[in-house]
Amino acid sequence: MHTAAEPKSANAALRAAIRKRFATAEREFKLDVEFDAAAGFTILFGPSGAGKTTVLDCVAGLAAPDAGRISVGDRVLFDSTIPIHVPVAKRRVGYVFQELALFPHLTVEQNVEYGLAHVPRADRKQRVAAMLQEFRIDHLRQQPPAKISGGERQRVALARTLVTDPCILLLDEPLAALDAATKARIIDDLRAWNQVHQIPILYVTHSREEVMALGERVLVLDCGRIIAQGTPHEVLRAPLQETVAQLVGFENIFDATVESVHEDRGTMMCKLEADMPENQPRNQVEIETPLVRAEVGSHLLVGIQAGDILLAITPPFGLSARNVIPGRLVSLQQRDVIVSARVNCGVEMEVHLTLAARDALDLMPGKEVWLVIKTHSCHLMQR
Amino acid sequence: MSIDWQAFCLTIALALVVSAVLFVAGLPLAYWITFSRWRWKFLVEALVALPIVLPPTVLGFYLLVAFGSRSPVGLWWQSLTGHTLAFTFTGLVIGSILYSLPFAVQPFAASFSSVDRKLLAASSTLGASPLSTFFRVVLPLSVPGLVTGVALAFAHTMGEFGVVLMVGGNIPGVTRTVSISIYDQVEASNYAGANAMALLLLVFCFVVLAVVYGLHRRSPKQKSWPLGLAD
Repeated sequence: MHTAAEPKSANAALRAAIRKRFATAEREFKLDVEFDAAAGFTILFGPSGAGKTTVLDCVAGLAAPDAGRISVGDRVLFDSTIPIHVPVAKRRVGYVFQELALFPHLTVEQNVEYGLAHVPRADRKQRVAAMLQEFRIDHLRQQPPAKISGGERQRVALARTLVTDPCILLLDEPLAALDAATKARIIDDLRAWNQVHQIPILYVTHSREEVMALGERVLVLDCGRIIAQGTPHEVLRAPLQETVAQLVGFENIFDATVESVHEDRGTMMCKLEADMPENQPRNQVEIETPLVRAEVGSHLLVGIQAGDILLAITPPFGLSARNVIPGRLVSLQQRDVIVSARVNCGVEMEVHLTLAARDALDLMPGKEVWLVIKTHSCHLMQR
Repeated sequence: MSIDWQAFCLTIALALVVSAVLFVAGLPLAYWITFSRWRWKFLVEALVALPIVLPPTVLGFYLLVAFGSRSPVGLWWQSLTGHTLAFTFTGLVIGSILYSLPFAVQPFAASFSSVDRKLLAASSTLGASPLSTFFRVVLPLSVPGLVTGVALAFAHTMGEFGVVLMVGGNIPGVTRTVSISIYDQVEASNYAGANAMALLLLVFCFVVLAVVYGLHRRSPKQKSWPLGLAD
C-alpha cells in the first residue's frame, strides 16, 4: 500500500536497556529496565510515576539514558558506551503523546502531511489520502483540530504518526480520555494497520481493561523497574501476583472452580479457595459471578475490588446483590481516609470503608459481619 | 501651524529601518533566549532588558564614546567610510536599535516560550529539524507576539529623545526627529508649533498601540506580554 522511499527493516524488534536517574527536590527516581519488544503490541503497564513515559521518551530520543543501549533490528539508536545518540528527527520512531500535540494552526490534512515534507508532492498527497481514508477522517481534512471531537483527534494523531512509516510506534495512553466503544474501534483500526506493517508498538496504559483488550505482551513497571512480564494472564498468575494484582486494582484475587453454569440467568456459581493460615479451618465459599465461556469444573481467577464490597453488621435482606457471605472481622487498618478491613468468611477478603462507616457501625476485630458483593463486581480471569 | 514634515518623515524612516532590523535580528536572539540552556543566559537577558530601565542619556553617552575616534569601533568605521558615526543617520539607527531592543525581543521570546513544548517534541518525532520546527510551528504560532514586538519597537523609536539628542544632535533632514523638533520649538517659545508636532506624535503612537492591542484582543489564547512596560 505504501511506497516507502527507504527500505524497511521489516519485523525489526526493539531492544532496550535503559538506566536513568532523576533527582528532584522531593525524591530520587531510578529507572532501570531491560526488555525486547517484537512486532505487535507490548503493553507498558503500571501506576503513574512508574517510569513508563520516561521509557518512551528515551526510545524516542526526547530524553537520554545515563547508560544503556537502544536498538531496532541492527540499527543502534542509542549506546552510552560508543557513544551514539541518534537525534529524535532521524530515529523514525512514531510517538503519539497523551496530549496528542496536534498542530493547532494546521488543518487535519496538513497535520497528517507534516512528517512527509521530504516526500515528493504527488506521492505525499497519495499517502495522506490513503491514511485519512484508513483512519476514517477523510471528511475532516479541512477542519482545524479544535473543531473535531476527542475520538477524531486521536485518529488524526495516529494517522499523522503512522503515515511517516515509523519503525517503532510509541503510544502514551493515547486512548485514556475516550469512551469504551470509540476506544475499541480505534484499537481495531490500529490492529488492522499493524497486521500489514508489523512493527513493535509500545503501548503505555494504567487501565486494566486496555491491558486485557490489547493483551499480547505486558511489561509491568513499578518504581522504575519491570516487576513482571508475559501475557496478561501470565502476569496475573506470576509469583509477583500480589503486587501486580494491586496494580491492576484487585485487592482480592482468588483461585476459583466453576461449580455450575446458569446460561438462562447469565451467571455462574464459583467456589473460592484461598490459602488460610494452618490453624484456621479451610472453608469454601461459593459466589455468583457473571457468565463467561467456561466449563463446569474449570479453574479461573476471580478478582474483586475492595471498594466494591459492602459490609453489614446484621444479616441484610431485600437486596439485589446475589452474594451475601457471613464472616468475622479480622483486622482494621486506617490508610489515609479509608479503612481497610480484613474479613474472614472462609477466605480472607479485603474491604474498604470510610472512617464514618467504621465509627457508625462500631466495628472491632472479632465482630460478626456480612459481606455483600454484586455478581458483576466479580471479575473472572483465566488462570 | 508649522509642522516640521521633514522631521516627521525622518522619524518614520528611522522607525521603519529600526523595526525591520529588530525583526530580523530579534528572532534569532529571542530564539536563543527561549531555548538555550546556557547557565549564564540570565546575564544576556539582563543585558537585553537594560534599556528599559537605563536613562537614554547613559546609553547615548557610551555610544558617543564608542563612535568617537578614540574607540576601536569608531576608528574602524572611520577607516571604512572616512567619517565618524556620531551625528549621522546610521549612528542614529544603531543607537535606536540598541535602545528599542527589549521592546522587540521580549515579546518575541514570550510568545516563543508560550508555544507548547509537546508540539516541538511532536515535530521532531515527525522528522523535522529544529530549524524546520521553528519555521513551521514556533513562528506561525507566535504571530501576535511578533506583531506586538515590531509595533512596540516602531512606536518606541518614534518617540525617543535622549539617545537621539546625544548621538544624533540636531541636523535637519539627517538627525532631527520629531521629539527633537518639539524640544527646539519649545526652546524658541513656539508653543503652537510644539503643540502641532506633539499632537501628531501622540495620535500616531496611539493608533499604532491601538492596532497592537486590537490584535491581541482577537487572539485571546496568546499569553500576553505585559504591555504596560514603563519606559
